[in-house]
Amino acid sequence: MHAQELIRSIEAEHLKEKLPEVYVGDTVRIGVRIREGNKERTQPYEGTVIAKRHGGINETITVRRVFQGVGVERVFLLHSPRVADIKIMRRGKVRRAKLYYLRDRVGKATRIKQRFDRSL
Amino acid sequence: MSVGILGTKLGMTQIFDEEGRSIPVTVVQAGPCAVTQIKTKETDGYTAVQVAYGSTREKLLTKPALGHLKKSGTAPMRHLREYRLADVSEFELGQGLAADLFSEGQLVDVTGTSIGRGFAGYQKRHNFRRGPMSHGSKNHRQPGSTGAGTTPGRIYPGKKMAGRMGGVKVTVRKLTVVRVDAERNVLLIKGAVPGKAGTLLNIRPATIVGQS
Repeated sequence: MHAQELIRSIEAEHLKEKLPEVYVGDTVRIGVRIREGNKERTQPYEGTVIAKRHGGINETITVRRVFQGVGVERVFLLHSPRVADIKIMRRGKVRRAKLYYLRDRVGKATRIKQRFDRSL
Repeated sequence: MSVGILGTKLGMTQIFDEEGRSIPVTVVQAGPCAVTQIKTKETDGYTAVQVAYGSTREKLLTKPALGHLKKSGTAPMRHLREYRLADVSEFELGQGLAADLFSEGQLVDVTGTSIGRGFAGYQKRHNFRRGPMSHGSKNHRQPGSTGAGTTPGRIYPGKKMAGRMGGVKVTVRKLTVVRVDAERNVLLIKGAVPGKAGTLLNIRPATIVGQS
């Protein structure tokens, strides 16, 4: 077996089989597994996907939301067991691969036009 | 002192542990190796086992090398390395060594040849600081002072200067074995090991100061 095939087969054991297709501009709700003492629970985090990076097992998305007037950005490793589930709330129509311009905007200017040609 | 194994670096990836943390791992083809010679106090003056790795074609080896391998009945192998041991009684000629020599969680030392960087400058080779790039400065990537003037009138030996970097033997110590795949002779070792993918590695149980 060649080196790349072998590495792919090791990664394959850790890849999630069912992941929804996430696009930049979408509004997503992510269930994050957190541990408090011995108890484990999932905490939802909702926001706009402003960037997607890497591929395969390293694939990440950056999700931005404004919480109590403070911009919060979290980077999620999509195949990580800590990301319990991903739900797409809304598909957005954007013309950039990275929506970093949203960082400089507040309020109404951060709205993203909805698109209807992609299923949720 | 214990016996190690030879292998090939295949590349890097990341996997997840039970806690969900992502662990960077190097995938290493470890073995199969074969014992080709056992050195004893009587015949060689010291005790060691010689191990061969890397199957190759017969015509790529010299006749003396083939003759040496024939003594232990091993197929043509490219690389030979020796491990000095206190006791060699448990080894026999032609015996195979595989990745199951190691267990999960074990600490290992990995030796290999680092990536060659050619003739590298001060910043890359010795982490010197850079001079200003503009505002009339011409001191962009220069070394600065290399010592005093008339006294001593020479540059002291060992002064850090530009030159060949990399391509030397490097050992990374105390890396954790994350997983052993005995079926395919593959080790997953946490962290980076020297060299590019395809480089020959020597993997030994870690030598820890204070423990024999």
